[in-house]
Amino acid sequence: MDIYSLLIQLLNGVQYGLLLFLVASGLTLIFGIMGIINLAHGSFYMVGAYMAFTLASLTGNLFVAIVVGIVLSVLLGIVLEWALFSHLYKRDHLEQVLLSYGLILVFEELRSLIVGNDVHGVALPAIFDWSIPLTPTLSYPVYRLFMSAVCLALAGLLYVLIHRTRLGMMIRAGASNREMVSSLGLNINLVYRLVFALGVALAAFAGMIAAPVSSVYPGMGTQVLIICFVVVVIGGIGSIWGALFAALLIGLADTFGKVLIPEAAGVTVYLLMAAILLWRPEGLFKRVG
Amino acid sequence: MSRQRFALGATLVALALFPLAGATFYTELVTKVMILAIFALSLDLLVGYTGLVSFGHAAYYGIGAYALGLLAPKYEAANLWLTLPAAVLAAGIAALAVGVFVVRVKGIYFIMVTLAFAQMFYFIFHDTKIGRGSDGISMNFKPVAAIGSFMPFDLGNTTHVYYFVLVLLLVVFVFLRVVLRSPFGRALMGIRSNEHRMRSLGYPVYWYKLASFAVAGALAGLAGYLSALQFGFVNPELLSWHQSGNVLLMLILGGIGSLYGAVVGAFAFVALAEIFQALTRHWQLLLGATIVLLVIFLPGGLASVAARFRRTLIGEADHE
Repeated sequence: MDIYSLLIQLLNGVQYGLLLFLVASGLTLIFGIMGIINLAHGSFYMVGAYMAFTLASLTGNLFVAIVVGIVLSVLLGIVLEWALFSHLYKRDHLEQVLLSYGLILVFEELRSLIVGNDVHGVALPAIFDWSIPLTPTLSYPVYRLFMSAVCLALAGLLYVLIHRTRLGMMIRAGASNREMVSSLGLNINLVYRLVFALGVALAAFAGMIAAPVSSVYPGMGTQVLIICFVVVVIGGIGSIWGALFAALLIGLADTFGKVLIPEAAGVTVYLLMAAILLWRPEGLFKRVG
Repeated sequence: MSRQRFALGATLVALALFPLAGATFYTELVTKVMILAIFALSLDLLVGYTGLVSFGHAAYYGIGAYALGLLAPKYEAANLWLTLPAAVLAAGIAALAVGVFVVRVKGIYFIMVTLAFAQMFYFIFHDTKIGRGSDGISMNFKPVAAIGSFMPFDLGNTTHVYYFVLVLLLVVFVFLRVVLRSPFGRALMGIRSNEHRMRSLGYPVYWYKLASFAVAGALAGLAGYLSALQFGFVNPELLSWHQSGNVLLMLILGGIGSLYGAVVGAFAFVALAEIFQALTRHWQLLLGATIVLLVIFLPGGLASVAARFRRTLIGEADHE
């Protein structure tokens, strides 16, 4: 493999990893802070991608679609937290698993009712519809670079939010002791609702920006969800930076696994997870922060 | 206790007499339910008695089914007495191998890791040529139960398959009951209620959990084998996470940690699915909404409703 192909695979791996991070960070925040396991988190990714598809064909502009989509996904998150997940904080994991399993079925069937079961492509915005030439035969699509840049910027914003703002302080406090936080007079329920909505919006946003690259198809949410579980298990539950590290690791392992050992492509990330489980069953990082 | 025993006896008599009613469609349907009941029973050992919530139990069900699909020769019938133990063994070994990794973690990790490993098996069968990819394998012949030249029963006959599955359901039920009343079973329940205490009492908790995981996997493999036997084909959907979700749902519907709850749950699940399928093509929407409403509106009371449900189904008077 020459240096340019290597560079392309490296960029692809990082881009995939950063995309996974957007979904996994919401998953791990929601678990770390609210103690909720949400199997339907992948559905938010799917909802985002389908929103990008339908809104982009309605408005004719992917960026307008993304802005509208973010607003809608925040609303979706608030409604779901209010109507369903707020009832689950004191329940055991089995009931949380069951409820979110039911939600996946509901989202998938609604998707099938509204948009159908076909695979759809989403057009690239005109300004990103070009590639950077690397050699006479190889080039790298600029939209993928844009995706990586946006994901990195969001990771940075998330860092600032959690470590440098008042809300972030409440989030960190809520993660370590929720009773103490509410007895200090902070509205922990509001924090929960915001964190949940943030998680939904991050996953939906990931789906929206990924739609032009991956196209939209049934079952896309579950596929991402399971890989994100692997990310969260490797990174350590509740740890955002663990999730970032693990997402990049998985993105690179998956990309290079496909190139180097194509026969075992589907299995590479699981083998990696198995190895980490033997070495550190609690994941590489622990706790929020 | 005697009331429960009476209910169990009545259910058994009803099941034994059922094929005499004659309708082939219903005989096949109840056969399917009893196979799912074996599957749910195997999961109850993990969820209900060892306290391990597995969201990847379908993997072992699928491996048991694929064992028959792969072992069955193309131009002649497979032998039941060779392929059935092989399927149970294959699923048990797969569960043992996965168990080495997953029983090291607890709670929410366990849920995610079991799902991830199950998905790995799904991809192995879906993406590689081992099991002929996403099309799966159709078997041209039903297995035969021949012992030498003696043929005790005919697996091409719907009624014979029904009774064969009924006997196996009974065997699995009694087996689990005996296991759970043994010191081994008591230790598992101890682990479920307080793992730390069991550890400080000197129990090798890791090995107990691993054994439970492997036995549950082997029994799930038995159910998968029977499903492949009944329908004559296998495909990767047998290992899908939907299947893992549905079997958990069966347990919740029937009640966790009671064994007979698993059997009732399998009946309730199939009844629910049949009713919804008769109503609409988008029956998963109704199923999903039902699950969500069940969890939300019956806080901690799934078991209590299941108990009422159970009494209604078994036909006992409600004394509450």
